[in-house]
Amino acid sequence: MTASEPSGIRVQNVGLTLGTRKFRFDCELPGGAITAITGPSGSGKSTLLNLIAGFETPDSGKISIGGSNVTALHPSQRPVSLVFQDNNLFAHLDLATNIGLGIHPALKLTSGDRKRISEALERVGLGGYEKRMPGTLSGGERQRAAFARALVRQRPVLLLDEPFAALDPGLRQSMARLLLELHRETGNTVAIVTHDAGEVRQLADHALFIDHGEVALQAEIEVFLMRRDVPGLTEFLDL
Amino acid sequence: MLTKAERQRGYAGGGVVFAGITLFIALAVIALLFFDSGDTGRPLFDAYVWRILRFTLLQAGLSTLLSVALALPLALALARQPKFPGRIWIIRLMAVPMGLPVLIGALGLIGIWGRTGVLNSGLAMIGVSDPVSIYGLSGILIAHVFFNLPLACRLLLAGLERLPPEYWRLSASLGLPSFSVFRFVEWPAVKPLLAGIAGLVFMLCATSFTLVLVLGGGPAATTLEVAIYQSLRFDFDPARAISLSLLQIAVTASVLALMALLPTPGDDNAATGRSARRFDGGSSAARFWDGIFIVLAVLFLCLPLVSILVAGVKADFARLLTTPVFWKAVWTSVWIALMAAMISLAAAITIINARAALADSRKPGLTARSFSALLASLSSLVLLVPPVVIGTGWFLLLRPYGEVSRFAPLLVVMINAMTALPFVMRVLSPAFAIHRQRTARQATNLGVFGFTRLRLIDLPVLKTPLATALSFAMALSLGDLGAVALFGSEDLVTLPWLVYSRLGSYRTADADGFALILALLCLGLTIAGTAGQRDRKDERG
Repeated sequence: MTASEPSGIRVQNVGLTLGTRKFRFDCELPGGAITAITGPSGSGKSTLLNLIAGFETPDSGKISIGGSNVTALHPSQRPVSLVFQDNNLFAHLDLATNIGLGIHPALKLTSGDRKRISEALERVGLGGYEKRMPGTLSGGERQRAAFARALVRQRPVLLLDEPFAALDPGLRQSMARLLLELHRETGNTVAIVTHDAGEVRQLADHALFIDHGEVALQAEIEVFLMRRDVPGLTEFLDL
Repeated sequence: MLTKAERQRGYAGGGVVFAGITLFIALAVIALLFFDSGDTGRPLFDAYVWRILRFTLLQAGLSTLLSVALALPLALALARQPKFPGRIWIIRLMAVPMGLPVLIGALGLIGIWGRTGVLNSGLAMIGVSDPVSIYGLSGILIAHVFFNLPLACRLLLAGLERLPPEYWRLSASLGLPSFSVFRFVEWPAVKPLLAGIAGLVFMLCATSFTLVLVLGGGPAATTLEVAIYQSLRFDFDPARAISLSLLQIAVTASVLALMALLPTPGDDNAATGRSARRFDGGSSAARFWDGIFIVLAVLFLCLPLVSILVAGVKADFARLLTTPVFWKAVWTSVWIALMAAMISLAAAITIINARAALADSRKPGLTARSFSALLASLSSLVLLVPPVVIGTGWFLLLRPYGEVSRFAPLLVVMINAMTALPFVMRVLSPAFAIHRQRTARQATNLGVFGFTRLRLIDLPVLKTPLATALSFAMALSLGDLGAVALFGSEDLVTLPWLVYSRLGSYRTADADGFALILALLCLGLTIAGTAGQRDRKDERG
């Protein structure tokens, strides 16, 4: 995740219709910062993330990362790594293979690559877990392994879709600290979908509030936390 | 938490059904073993018998190989192209061969692949002089693939659909090339299913009777089941029927034993047609090759069905529908199917209740547990001894007591009920288990018992699975030729037997007309059954 220059994400007038639901996004996620994407369930948080990752193609508008237009690019060609809430690892492959697929998609690994895998595992606190199967790990350990894969991928943008939602509250804290450390080391751009107000306060430099398929508010975190005039936001922050 | 009376009724019912089914099968086998065929002057297993065994295993092995090897790329293509036009209908089409009477399927295949069929006429026109033959080994293989490729494909597709949707996003995000997707995602998902599916298809092909009867025949292309039938019906050579039957039981027993060691492919969530979004099927090359494969498969499955329809509507229905023998056959078929289905359902419900009663006791002893296991394995016992073998045994058993045709309808009913039992059990037992789990405590707590409980609590929920099971069992029995073939006569004419005998006397137009009627009847029943099942799923959300 060594971004040479901050890769900001710009979502310009992006329109998308999924079934009967309409979305219209226009927002900016500053480079080298952590942006929290929040909002009620069903508001379109994950849809925004899918658009940035390339799993949805906009009907109109433009998405650019680090200044270059990625709207038409396949997910694999975008400079992003992903961490979902669950199923980040192929359950039938050991950790080294799962992480190795992040380096080379046909798993042609050099000894240097293997060393990097071990170092990444070490960094997230899973040193020596190369041969472990995902099923033998706890939920928190599996998410750590997903972070290790993001580390070896060295993409300037990291997208997280409620990465800690399935974990116990105590574990969330330590995972959030790990995410923060990795972010400071690599200076990457992070977008994290969350409906945990505590996480927003702890992690974010910047935040978006999504409601009814639109960006209702985007602001620096200090401003975001003070706003009382956005419907729904106060309830969200007080929870 | 059953009352003592309920539990005792459960035990007693289980005992009666268990004794009944075991006796019905065991008596047939004992009759075979102890039949005094006199000295035939040849060993029990002569060269002829071995040759038939070899062919049975060869055709079953090749059929399995072809069915599974073709089903795999088809399932992969269908999974990769979730937006393929009419995909949901293609998946539904793959359920049709399972509901179609085998004899009718064979007629359809002859219409396409036969000497004067569409395909060979086309090939002859472009100058290919040595067309594909629907008779003999190649024909049996084509027919077995027609019936089993869809089954294997649906089970494989279900395995692929069970994968978490994140896997496809990860693959796309990591930029896995298609071979990596196959190696790291698809193959690990289907590999554990393959052995079980292959076992199931092998079992079906090794015991396939009707297809081999119609498309095979002759010493070069005869399987054990058909040879048993021929030795009894044409050669009247009980000694040979006995040795063939014993071999048949040995074959099914070994396959069943092997299958018990393999993981069973779960049909419970067979392909629903709902699918995860895929990001790797969009390239034009992937779309092109997947499309070609899917279209070829659809043609292969669809054309014989179209052929049944086209050939059928040409028949002179005004005359066919006024022939007395037709109405007699309809009456006999429906009567037999209804009786067989009711007996099958009653046996299944009794088994389920008995197992529930056994499970209900706080500390089931070894006896209770082994009795429960025995009850559960009853359906396999039915598979162990194929209908033709049971029929042969009872034929020999009853012959001293007069004309066998007098007992024939009863035997056909019983054999069809047995054949349907595994299917009925598979529909009913999960439905009953879920229902009991949801309602038993409340009903017991409220003190709702007996008829009130049946009317207010059990029937409203269970009527759908009961209707599904009934329609499946009836369709199975309506389309069956195996049991009737042994006993069919002037006095016992069912619809499949009517089609088969018209075919034998070269009145193909009549056969096609009757075949269409029978196909519509069976498919109608199957659709009615599955439609109920779908509603139930929607209800659950």
